[in-house]
Amino acid sequence: MSDSTTQNRLLTPFNVVAGAIVIIGLILTFIRFTKGIGSVTNLNNNYPWGIWIGFDLMCGVALAAGGYVTSSAVYLFGMRKFHAAVRPAILTGFLGYLFVIIALFYDLGRPYRLPYPFAVSPGPTSMLFEVGLCVALYFHVLLLEFFPAVLEWLGLAKFRNMIHKLTIGLTIFGVVLSTLHQSSLGALFLIAPSKLHPLWYSQYIAVYFFVSSIAAGLSMVIFEGFLSHRYMHDKMDDVHLEETKEIPYSFGKAASLVLFAYFSIKIIGLIADNNWHYLTTPYGYWFLVEMLGFVALPGMLYAVGSRERNYTLIKIASVLAILGIVLNRLNVSVICFNWKLPLAQKYIPSLNEVGISVFMITCIILTYRFIANRMPVLYEHPDYKDSEH
Amino acid sequence: MSISRRKFIGWFGAASGALLVSGKARASGKEFKGFPKSNGVLHDTALCVGCRTCESACNKENKLGKPDKPFTDLTVLKEKRRTTNDAYTVVNKFETKKGVLFAKKQCNHCLEPACASVCFVKAFKKDKTGAVTYDADVCVGCRYCMVACPFDVPTYEYDDPFTPEVKKCTLCKPRIDAGKLPACVEGCPKDALIFGERKKLLKIARKRIEKHPERYEDHIYGEKEMGGTSWLYLSPAKFEEIDMREDLGSKSTPELTHGALAVVPMVVGLWPAFLTGMYAMTKRRQKIALDEKNEAVKVATETTKATADEALKEALKKAESAKEKAIDSAVKKALEEAKKSEDTEEEE
Ligand code: SF4
Ligand code: SF4
Ligand code: SF4
Repeated sequence: MSDSTTQNRLLTPFNVVAGAIVIIGLILTFIRFTKGIGSVTNLNNNYPWGIWIGFDLMCGVALAAGGYVTSSAVYLFGMRKFHAAVRPAILTGFLGYLFVIIALFYDLGRPYRLPYPFAVSPGPTSMLFEVGLCVALYFHVLLLEFFPAVLEWLGLAKFRNMIHKLTIGLTIFGVVLSTLHQSSLGALFLIAPSKLHPLWYSQYIAVYFFVSSIAAGLSMVIFEGFLSHRYMHDKMDDVHLEETKEIPYSFGKAASLVLFAYFSIKIIGLIADNNWHYLTTPYGYWFLVEMLGFVALPGMLYAVGSRERNYTLIKIASVLAILGIVLNRLNVSVICFNWKLPLAQKYIPSLNEVGISVFMITCIILTYRFIANRMPVLYEHPDYKDSEH
Repeated sequence: MSISRRKFIGWFGAASGALLVSGKARASGKEFKGFPKSNGVLHDTALCVGCRTCESACNKENKLGKPDKPFTDLTVLKEKRRTTNDAYTVVNKFETKKGVLFAKKQCNHCLEPACASVCFVKAFKKDKTGAVTYDADVCVGCRYCMVACPFDVPTYEYDDPFTPEVKKCTLCKPRIDAGKLPACVEGCPKDALIFGERKKLLKIARKRIEKHPERYEDHIYGEKEMGGTSWLYLSPAKFEEIDMREDLGSKSTPELTHGALAVVPMVVGLWPAFLTGMYAMTKRRQKIALDEKNEAVKVATETTKATADEALKEALKKAESAKEKAIDSAVKKALEEAKKSEDTEEEE
């Protein structure tokens, strides 16, 4: 292979853009860790949490729910025929959590004290303690769940089979941990009834976060499936291609049910708190945009799409549902937080802050591509084809 | 397959139901009444003249950064200010129905502080002096305390890259420990601030309201707000008018999260059992399916075998009869032939 062809293969538009983002990200990283959080963000005393928490953490965790949703569907609820979807979902889940933790290093004032809540001075009355503990544990669960792929790649059969025996235990543990921290992320805001707008604050907020995380997980599996079929088709084996054909429709149907359930419990919350009068205020319109455009609409599109086996509808629905989750998490943690504050004092993320978040997403995609190009993720390793899980 | 999916969804529905119920059942009867002899400060806004002496005293005592404008410059009162890293306390001016009023803002040293209950390293503690103290040696800098504080008090050193700290009023605990008054209280020229045992301060406040009902709102701010605070306020105007929220309620912050925290052991206790059961059921269903499949295969094989046997028999029979026929015809032919030759021989 001559030098010029190698260069041509590396200089795809995607790689050029990704490379630029990585360089900018590294520069911003340097500034952040030498000049402080204030030098790159618009955070202030009224807004201690910005998009690094509202997007990187809140959305990151919700959208990484595909891991526990898929593995529990396949291993615990007997949807064996979707087995091929487990590994890609576990991988994205793992990378999602990995970068949630990396993003935390940027956001924490003293990231080097990350182990303090567990090792030095535990404060178990804090919802954040629970979130931290569960995220830390679940990260390791995902690591173990993905390990067989790494070991297959390295050819360590014995070790791989040992870990493989843990699959069911790990899956159950993963669901427990996910239930806890997905809901606790919402419960973080229980403490601030005076700051979060009443349409988003609810005593049921923990349930809202948990239920919507399921919809997020299902939608992400569908959306990723679409992306990897498009861009990594050559890495897939026949089993994967065959098994993943059904996924958009089955997962889409499940997602539509979850979204409708989510919609109804949101309405129940509205009734319970008697918040109807807020609906005719600007925040109320915004609430309706979220609920109708990004919950009810994708729910409907999913239902129709799965019944009529219309892949395009399913794709649109998954994008809307994912945007809906992002919108909801940002509404709770940033946009509708401090709702009584005058507009002029509201926080708007700085370009640099957005830059770091984009940098994180880019790193996830690059790592995913790196791993899926090498390890048995989208295909089964020939030596382990007949293994049970 | 569709059954298990429906179950899957139904299961989540049931789970959320369980969470809802426990969320409702959270109001516990427990109430923390605070340390018996704990102190506080009574701020009578009717007496405050907005001279900013307290701000200046606080700045000096805590060795805070130089302010943008000197403390003698009263034009800063035109804007509404909040606490900052360099100002643990600020005085604001308000035009109210009862005329111009000034009110001092700082940490209220809550009896059950939100900042303390949300800190995952217990950096904040309610001290027996009444002060809510901060320990920078364990703080991780997550800033959840700032999110939680209902009075928007704590601030953060965003520009410090290595050892940023949360900043807020200390109630001058070092001075209290040394038997002195908080610096701002000592500095106040109008007795708009009184330091003392919280219980006694409540009595004084109530007496003032009784004595001058025309001068004060019948409300001691901080007596009940968010479970009660060590800092107490009197005001001639509605507290909302001097920017103190009256919609906070009397529920303390631990009560707000109590329900959600109580669900944790339930999830940890019930989920694994439930999921294992689910798995066992799935496995059993799969085993049954597998057994059925095997059975079907067996039957099919047997039937096929039987049919095959039958066919074979038939074929054999046919073949036999064909063979017989062939032999018959061969014999016949041979006989005929023999007869023929006999005939010819006879002819010859
Ligand atoms: S006012 Fe805010 S910072 Fe002060 S003790 Fe109460 S919750 Fe904590
Ligand atoms: S910023 Fe520090 S004091 Fe505040 S909650 Fe986090 S660890 Fe605790
Ligand atoms: S008590 Fe001390 S730290 Fe608090 S406002 Fe007064 S002078 Fe400042």
